[in-house]
Amino acid sequence: MEISVTVNGQTYQRDIEPRLLLVHFLRDELGLTGTHWGCDTSNCGACVVWLEGVPVKSCTVLAVMADGRAVRTVEGLEDEVGLDPVQRGFMACHGLQCGFCTPGMMMTARWLLDRDPDPSEEDIREAISGQVCRCTGYENIVRSIRWAAEQGVTRKESDVESTSEVPA
Amino acid sequence: MTTTEEHASPVGYGRLQRKEDTRFIRGHGTYVDDITLPGMLHGAVLRSPYAHARIVSIDTSSADAHPKVKAVITGETLAGLNLAWMPTLSQDVQAVLATDKVRFQGQEVAFVIAEDRYSARDALELIDVDYEPLPPVVDALQALDPDAPVIRDDLEGRRDNHIFDWEAGESARTDEVFAAADVVSEQDMLYPRVHPAPIETCGAVADMDPVTGKLTVWTTSQAPHAHRTIYALVAGLPEHKIRVVSPDIGGGFGNKVGIYPGYVCAVVGSILTGKPVKWVEDRSENLMSTSFARDYHMHGEIASTKDGKILGIRVRVLADHGAFNGTAQPTKFPAGFFGVFTGSYDIEAAHCSVVGVYTNKAPGGVAYACSFRITEAVYLVERLVDVLAYDLGVDPAELRLRNLLRPDQFPYQSKTGWEYDSGDYPRTLGLATEMAHYDDLRAEQAHRRDLNSAGLSRDLMGIGVSFFTEAVGAGPRKHMDILGLGMADGAELRVHPTGKAVLRLSCQTQGQGHETTFAQIVAEELGIAPDDIDVVHGDTDQTPFGLGTYGSRSTPVSGAAAAVVARRVRERAKIVASAMLEVNPDDLEWEKGRWFVRGDPEAGKSIQDIAMAAHSTLELPEGVEGHLDATCVYNPPNLTYPFGAYVCVVDVDADTGQVKVRKFVAVDDCGVRINPTIVEGQVHGGLADGVGMALMQVMAFDEEGNHLGGSFMDYLLPTAMECPSWELGETCTPSPHHPIGAKGIGESATVGSPAAVVNAVVDALKPYRVRHADMPLTPAAVWRAMQGRPLRTDLAIS
Repeated sequence: MEISVTVNGQTYQRDIEPRLLLVHFLRDELGLTGTHWGCDTSNCGACVVWLEGVPVKSCTVLAVMADGRAVRTVEGLEDEVGLDPVQRGFMACHGLQCGFCTPGMMMTARWLLDRDPDPSEEDIREAISGQVCRCTGYENIVRSIRWAAEQGVTRKESDVESTSEVPA
Repeated sequence: MTTTEEHASPVGYGRLQRKEDTRFIRGHGTYVDDITLPGMLHGAVLRSPYAHARIVSIDTSSADAHPKVKAVITGETLAGLNLAWMPTLSQDVQAVLATDKVRFQGQEVAFVIAEDRYSARDALELIDVDYEPLPPVVDALQALDPDAPVIRDDLEGRRDNHIFDWEAGESARTDEVFAAADVVSEQDMLYPRVHPAPIETCGAVADMDPVTGKLTVWTTSQAPHAHRTIYALVAGLPEHKIRVVSPDIGGGFGNKVGIYPGYVCAVVGSILTGKPVKWVEDRSENLMSTSFARDYHMHGEIASTKDGKILGIRVRVLADHGAFNGTAQPTKFPAGFFGVFTGSYDIEAAHCSVVGVYTNKAPGGVAYACSFRITEAVYLVERLVDVLAYDLGVDPAELRLRNLLRPDQFPYQSKTGWEYDSGDYPRTLGLATEMAHYDDLRAEQAHRRDLNSAGLSRDLMGIGVSFFTEAVGAGPRKHMDILGLGMADGAELRVHPTGKAVLRLSCQTQGQGHETTFAQIVAEELGIAPDDIDVVHGDTDQTPFGLGTYGSRSTPVSGAAAAVVARRVRERAKIVASAMLEVNPDDLEWEKGRWFVRGDPEAGKSIQDIAMAAHSTLELPEGVEGHLDATCVYNPPNLTYPFGAYVCVVDVDADTGQVKVRKFVAVDDCGVRINPTIVEGQVHGGLADGVGMALMQVMAFDEEGNHLGGSFMDYLLPTAMECPSWELGETCTPSPHHPIGAKGIGESATVGSPAAVVNAVVDALKPYRVRHADMPLTPAAVWRAMQGRPLRTDLAIS
């Protein structure tokens, strides 16, 4: 069936099978492979994207449910001004290792900070509790999101942190 | 405010931000499932619903007729190519697609290749397999019963489920020590079956070019060079016509060391169809069929004097290896490095015997950040020490301190034949107990127990200590090989005319940050900025041969190779500099980034200037080639022995059995740290693993061999809510034999932490006279332990 979905501000029209999952639509139909697939059962959160401004697990959302709606993925975090503070925070605080859970974690983090610009450690842990990371033990993910909170909404034109030392 | 200098990128070791992050935080990583090739087809595997059954017939006609299906492969198809069976990493064979019987639930039976992944899955439903169910062997403790069904009747002459016997240490001497000891404590304990569960599952894209005859396999491999050689040997393809690429890998942890049937099917599928074939397993397939870990049933005994001097350790192990012996470890070590079970203690004698058995479960066994079964060894000895402390009425930290090896005993020859390279154990334990405020914790616990006794509180508090020593960095070629391939690693370094460099490594990263840390190693040796050094890895056409990344071996082996190759370039640069400065090379001195004339520091040449000169028309001494590059193969003289001390504090709800990890202090000593931030990140992840295994993760089976952990709904992984904020400390005892003094760190926390958590929970339950309870300590398991009816956690029986 025909659907029209706006992803990261760009509208796509595709003829798809009704059973196609949103995660596969994004990855296979649109080539947006930053959104990952990890478990099929809504447990791991590697597939988290925004649907109408709300984080969803795209392995458990049909693409047709996004018809006429707006989706935001990790590829939509960076804008013409620069990286989102959440992206910079994950780099600055070593919030990722293999990088597979990272896009989903960052999408949830951005949503959290939009609602609560100054979350406590407990708030952050609760916000990402539906997502699994096997590498970091969550410590540096929490620090990354706090780092981003402390930056506010400031964006930078370059990856300045990429040449700096990570805080101990 | 930080100064500009502090923000400058370290040229060498230090807290450098990772180079690979710039692509990952944009969603621009390239994992196997991100690869799409023109005309690519999709594969899916049909799996057995039975743990043990004879295959009567397979009818694929309906699947063949599906309009989008291009091919259906069965064991019969593969048998015609002599590929129905493949060698495992433990001198056994494993069915690629079953021909005679299925031997575990989830075993591969057929492979469908279709135009898209949904159609491939649809067609699986159209395959009709007629099975004749057979009684399964589920309980490893019954695998050697005389009337147990024989699982491996494919092996000629096989009459039972016995795989191997292995032992280490001195049996008679150990028996003498035990006979003379004041105290002998013993305990049965299970390290249950767990799974590493990287968030990216396993998969491959195979592309056989029918014109050139070149096969390219993009795959989730921790050991691409070993995979290439195995494909050559198994499939009979010429090795130079095979290219294995490990692109970005979404976590390995040991799960991606071996070759799985799905990979082979994708390769065969590409050969048969002439098209690229992608196969990516789903989560259930990953959990049910790929390498599991542990499944060690251990009986441990510890002998001591009455005042707590440990004298000996004696262990019997029944090792459940599943349906095929597919454990991944050096050939001479069928029980991995379990032989280091004497741990960190100065004892007189030790002995262990291990019996390996087949059961109707998935193959594997060494696959989860275990340093070749040192997880099992450390868990055993650290629980035994706590059991002894319980029996003696001694504080477990104090008991450890009395028995730890002393710094003057290094290098230490263990009673089971290992040479520990370096250590200062009391200092590390002292720092951990100091950071944890151990005495205050014990005082708080005493107060809490008073409240418990008075009926004023139902919250139990437990404090657990563990101390571990690992043996990582396999390994010396004469002792260690995988399928006959010696475990040495190559490295190549080339400095371009402008002073930028490319380092080519045989090992591969699954999140460890090699693109950053290996650049830092070269930067430290040559003074070239890490950003100016490109690290190439994971592509067999682009990199020298080596055995890959697992067993915490990258830094001990490939890290040494990187340092050695950089030093060779530095020596070459010295000759070039001497020609540039018209002095004798012996008159030159090195400081990071330049050679200069001794006594005249102004007269020097930077490595960048030297690089340009090395490629120029500069006349070089006779016999000295131009350019600035070098290669090496590093054969480690010994393993490295990282160690650490962990303190865990838990609160247990006496009414529900719920455990909450309140505090976790981890002091690790991995020698020199190339990038402390990355080291700490590795430790964080391992600690979460330890909490997960101790409290949540288990793959249990019912009596029919049904797998009860086949999704993340059932196989529970720790989230941010179960993990405390980790408190890390560091001591540094460099490895004396490693070129930069580094030791492996990737698995230390996974190895060392489960015992700390279990010791803490058992300590909390001391008022209930609980001396031991098996992992995972779920609320049900804790509750049952409190009632004196411990749970058998590996089977769904009561």
